[in-house]
Amino acid sequence: MLKINELPFLFTPGVRVGDFSRTLKPGADLFIVNGAPVGVDWPLADGDSCWLLTRGEIPAAHEMERLLNARHSPGVQARLKAAVVGIMGLGGLGSAVAVALARIGVGRLLLVDCDVVEPTNLNRQQYFLDQIGLPKTEALQANLARINPYVQVETWQERLTGERIAQLFAGVDVLAECFDDPVTKAVALRTALTCLQGVGFVCASGMAGCGDNNAIVTRRLYPGVFLVGDDESEAKPGQGLMAPRVGIAAHHQANQVVRLLLYGKDA
Amino acid sequence: MKIICNGQEREVAPATTITGLIRELGLNPETVVAEHNGRVLAREEHEFILLDEGAVLELIRFVGGG
Repeated sequence: MLKINELPFLFTPGVRVGDFSRTLKPGADLFIVNGAPVGVDWPLADGDSCWLLTRGEIPAAHEMERLLNARHSPGVQARLKAAVVGIMGLGGLGSAVAVALARIGVGRLLLVDCDVVEPTNLNRQQYFLDQIGLPKTEALQANLARINPYVQVETWQERLTGERIAQLFAGVDVLAECFDDPVTKAVALRTALTCLQGVGFVCASGMAGCGDNNAIVTRRLYPGVFLVGDDESEAKPGQGLMAPRVGIAAHHQANQVVRLLLYGKDA
Repeated sequence: MKIICNGQEREVAPATTITGLIRELGLNPETVVAEHNGRVLAREEHEFILLDEGAVLELIRFVGGG
C-alpha cells in the first residue's frame, strides 16, 4: 500500500512518483517521499508516503480537511470543525491559544482584545515585528489565515465588561479567559459562573517568570470550569512574562478547551 | 466565630464581611471570586454579606499576567 497525499493506493512494483503526479496532480513541482524531497523519477517502495505538491499553492478547503482528518481521526475532526470557541484577551495566552486551535482546525473562533501590538509584546505573543501598531485582533486574524484560512475568525476590538461577556459568548461551546489584568480575570469568572451556564470555561492565573514547569497545573473549579496556572506567579518587576512559561499555561488552556469540546464538562 | 474558608477552618471576628475577610487575607477584593454557602456572589455582595458561624466560603483569587 502507498499513501499519496494522505490517500491510500495499491502498490505495484516499479511504479515511480511521476506515474502518480501525471494523473493526480499534473502541475506538481515538488515531490516528497517519507519526508525527503525527491525527483519525479524516484521509484516508490511498498509502504511509502508520498506528497505531490505545487509550490506556493494553498490547499483547497476539502484538501485541508483531509489533512486534518488524517492527523486527528475523522470523528475528532468533525467535532472540532463544528465547535465555536471564544478567546478573551489576545496577549501571551490568547494569541497562543488561538494559534493552537486554528492549527487543529477548530471551526469558528471569536477573538476579543482592545490593544494594539507593541514592541514589548513580541517576547511572548504570536505577532511579528511588521505588525507593531496594528490592532491585535486584526494582526492575529491575518496570522491565523496564513495557518488555516478555512477557520472562521470573528473579531471585536473592545474592552470587555461582565455584561458584554455574557452577551457576546452566550452561544459558544467553550470560552478561554486570557486577560492580563487580574480584576478583569475575576469579572470574567464571576460572569461565567453566574451568566454562562452550559459554556465551558478555561481561565488562567500565575504564569510569570521562569519558575518550575510543573507548578503550572489545570485545576477543575466546577463542572466545565477550569483554572490553569501556579496560582501565585504574578507579573511584576523582576518577574516578567516570557514566552516559554506563558506558553506552557496557554497550551494547558488550549488542550483543556479541546478536552471540553471532545469529552464534555467532566473532561 | 469559626468559618470554613477554602476547606480550612478559620477564626473570624463577628460582623466580618466577605470583603473584610479578603482584606484580612492580604488580597485585593477586586481580584477575588467568592462562593458563599454554595452560591457565587456578585462583586457588590462582598461588601454587605456578613459571615455567620459555620459559613462555607470558597475564594478564587487571580494574579496578573497573560
